[in-house]
Amino acid sequence: MRTQAGTCAEAAAVSGPGRREPDACLRTAPAQIVEIVSDSGEGAQTAGQLFGTVCAKMGNGVWTVEIIPAEIEPPARSREGASGIRIRFGTEPVTNMGNKADVVVAFNEQVLYSRIDQDALRPGTVLFIDDKWAASSDARTREDYGKALQDFRERGYDVREIPIEEQTRKHTETPQRGKNMWVLGLLSALYNRDLAPAMDEVRLLFERRRKGEAVIELNHQLIRSGYTWGMEHLDQRFDIPARPHRESMVVMNGNAAVAMGCIAAGIEVCSMYPITPATSASHYMAGVFHTAGGFLHQAEDEIGAIGFALGASYAGKTAVTITSGPGMALKTELIGLAVMAEIPIVIVDVQRGGPATGLPTKVEQGDLLSSLFGQPGDVPKVVIAPSSIEECFQFMITARKLAETFRTPVIVLTDANLATGQTPFAKPKASEEWLSPPVDQSPWKKGVPAYAWDSETGLSARPIPGQPDGAFVLTGLAHDEHSHVAYASAKNQQAMRMRSRKMAALQKTLKPPKVHGDEDGDLLVVGWGSTRGAIEEAVDEIRRDGQRVSSLHIRFLAPIEPGLREIFGRFRRVMTVEINYSDELTDPLIDADSRRYAQLAWLLRAHTLVDVDCWSRVPGQPLPPHLIETAIRERLEGER
Amino acid sequence: MYGLKTDWPAEIPPRYFTLQEYEGSLPRWCPGCGDHGVLTAVQRLCRDEQLEPEKTVFVSGIGCASRFPHYMKAYGFHGLHGRALPVACGIRARRPDLHVFVATGDGDCCSIGAAHWVHAVRYNMNMVLMLLDNNVYGLTKNQTSPTSLKGRKTNTHPRGAWLEPIDPIQTTLGIQNASFVAQTVDWNPPHVLATLKAAHRHPGMSFVRILQRCPHYPNQDFVELQNNPAKLLLLTHADGIEVDDAVKRMFKNRQEHDPSDLDGARRLADREDAVPVGLFYRNDSADRYDRNTVEGLATSRRDKIAALEAELSRYEI
Ligand SMILES: Cc1ncc(C[n+]2csc(CCOP(=O)(O)OP(=O)(O)O)c2C)c(N)n1
Ligand code: SF4
Repeated sequence: MRTQAGTCAEAAAVSGPGRREPDACLRTAPAQIVEIVSDSGEGAQTAGQLFGTVCAKMGNGVWTVEIIPAEIEPPARSREGASGIRIRFGTEPVTNMGNKADVVVAFNEQVLYSRIDQDALRPGTVLFIDDKWAASSDARTREDYGKALQDFRERGYDVREIPIEEQTRKHTETPQRGKNMWVLGLLSALYNRDLAPAMDEVRLLFERRRKGEAVIELNHQLIRSGYTWGMEHLDQRFDIPARPHRESMVVMNGNAAVAMGCIAAGIEVCSMYPITPATSASHYMAGVFHTAGGFLHQAEDEIGAIGFALGASYAGKTAVTITSGPGMALKTELIGLAVMAEIPIVIVDVQRGGPATGLPTKVEQGDLLSSLFGQPGDVPKVVIAPSSIEECFQFMITARKLAETFRTPVIVLTDANLATGQTPFAKPKASEEWLSPPVDQSPWKKGVPAYAWDSETGLSARPIPGQPDGAFVLTGLAHDEHSHVAYASAKNQQAMRMRSRKMAALQKTLKPPKVHGDEDGDLLVVGWGSTRGAIEEAVDEIRRDGQRVSSLHIRFLAPIEPGLREIFGRFRRVMTVEINYSDELTDPLIDADSRRYAQLAWLLRAHTLVDVDCWSRVPGQPLPPHLIETAIRERLEGER
Repeated sequence: MYGLKTDWPAEIPPRYFTLQEYEGSLPRWCPGCGDHGVLTAVQRLCRDEQLEPEKTVFVSGIGCASRFPHYMKAYGFHGLHGRALPVACGIRARRPDLHVFVATGDGDCCSIGAAHWVHAVRYNMNMVLMLLDNNVYGLTKNQTSPTSLKGRKTNTHPRGAWLEPIDPIQTTLGIQNASFVAQTVDWNPPHVLATLKAAHRHPGMSFVRILQRCPHYPNQDFVELQNNPAKLLLLTHADGIEVDDAVKRMFKNRQEHDPSDLDGARRLADREDAVPVGLFYRNDSADRYDRNTVEGLATSRRDKIAALEAELSRYEI
């Protein structure tokens, strides 16, 4: 075996390969970050998800992030083709992908480079790499592999060549489709996991994929093989203590949570056009929506998708459309119509990198301002952003209610990080109160106009086709309370006022957000959406040094949560941390006059008149806590 | 007594809707605009078929023709330019109890809304699509439309339109799953009514192109057609559009055409010597997407919650 003796002194002392006393080298660790990277199609993600589920089942906190190549079948052994997964797990709950990896399992050396490019490794990271390339029949491959390994060692990684393919081949002729399971076995040994739950999960997975007993048995064999090999050869293993859950837990990604939230909200129509990274939500719904009385419509384009949803909603059926940035752009005009004619609708934007086609599979928080202001004219509407996967579920229920109560579009901003990240959370207790009410078909009260705006709140009830005496012609033209086309200036002013007033009415029902950390201090870090876990982790780290830093997370972006100005006033400085573009003051030509701010900062500056600073990046991946930490520390030091 | 029966029926007499009950606000189209006649025909249709106004929805885009819903007394959705069809399909999807009509113009349907036109025809959901084709953009004041004849001078092509127009009938016939394709002319009200009646009764998407005069930006072609009825060719068949002899006599030229004959329909649409009116094609057994979209409509609240719980359990660890 080429596996080198590691740092587990006792183990090395007592045993050689194959005869090691397994528990001798077991060490307890509070948390670990492990990655599996492979060529596309080698199943790293499947293995990683299974491993994450097993950890979650045992009671560990878990967060998994997928590493997704941009193409379906990128060339093998290429950096851009790297496909994989990161699993961060620990004794405490995990809210984000964390910093550098502790362990990486790589199926070849080239895909590993993509992780190095992403700054995902540190000196000391243990690197398990398939040794098959050393014996490749292709001289060039052998050479590349050898060079890379030397390079990895120079970079300080703890390189372990292991026989992934060789071992897998003992069980199957097609090791590309089995290596992942062998690695799952290896990780189970490395992290002292019971095999039984892994076996159960594999069975479930393949049953869901309608595979027979033979396939399940083969995969079980591979897991056992990886496990046995690991127990015999690993010179260091880890135990990550778990706390068994007291309540039932579920584990899913943000897109599944959004889709399940649609079901929970009693939404009847989901109308969409395929777009990464939103599509998996519809894939999920396509399989199950009908069991909950819903219908998924794949439209001819995003305009058709929202048009269909608006038609359904106008006819009294609650509807959602799910998309990403480019789709949002196409829906713009109809979102404006929904504002103008007060048609309830829920619009989910799973944000990706923009503008244009941008970074289709990668995270960005670039659609905040366009969601708020992206349509011509004045377009008051509700914009909310869940900050966790659990909130992806809950916010759909809230969004549906808001849309109908306030007769308005509600935009739910998630992102690629939430969409593909997985983490366990308490199993929601389903309630009939979540469901939309049945369509009202009772006679409409004669004489009550279609927009009988309450003069204080702007709220009004809407007639639904089928209601006798309620007939009205909805129009996108300026209209009065009867929905009659009205160009008179006073009428237009009144209608605009009423549509805007609804937002104030909603805002008055909201509570100020809770500060994470002390209620006052030197610096307040403000975020929105998927960054909450990473920001809070960074802030906690800095607070441990006695620094007076707190953070605040905003979920209602429009209408904006109340009390912000007052909260900001208790801190010497306020800054946002966001995954979108902003100018750096240190860049050429950039000064306080020319600087373009990050999107939430822009909004908060306008809203509070506080000189809100920002630090934002567009790395095409979630912000790791350590980068946020560095940014905050720099701001604190700049102060002195 | 008095020879009257004494056993009065106890049921409430059915509601009867008069023509006036379908009349919305006063039409604002130009005098002589072909849209007026179509509006009257539609109101007659509603009266003849006794469509409950609260169960009837008129959907439109933007354009002169798209003002249609305002002039009906029924539910209406006067949306955005080109987007009537997705909205209509969404309304139809979960409300099989509603009668859905779409009023659209040649710019609205065949230009900005062309993608939706193709797909809505293919979805074949039960509704009537009235294409009020005046070969020009009326509302925005005389620009070339995709159905404007080559050479027609407009504000955007003062030297004449460069290209041959799209033929809405031929195009619709070319879409898989098209199930009802008819043509009529606004200046023959009984034929318009008969065509719309057949369209309304057809189970699926009924595409009706109505050649519509725009006296404000007149199309010489239509003026000629009206002056020289011999250029119109009435399509007749037992399965076609039912018209009485008086209407038949309005047409000098008639031809038997079996509406199940798609190739024949295409040849007719290609004819340059005559403008066929009547039913080109009908297929009552084409797939209907609205049979799919109603899936699960009757799901009870309890079943919805049960489905949610089953799903959550699948993700339970
Ligand atoms: C997105 C958008 N683009 C352009 C317009 C301007 N517009 C309104 S109606 C129309 C064309 C109308 O022509 P047609 O559909 O043939 O109807 P007609 O007025 O002739 O009945 C245009 C271009 C608009 N309202 N919205
Ligand atoms: S411009 Fe033409 S189409 Fe428009 S209302 Fe006048 S006559 Fe009718």
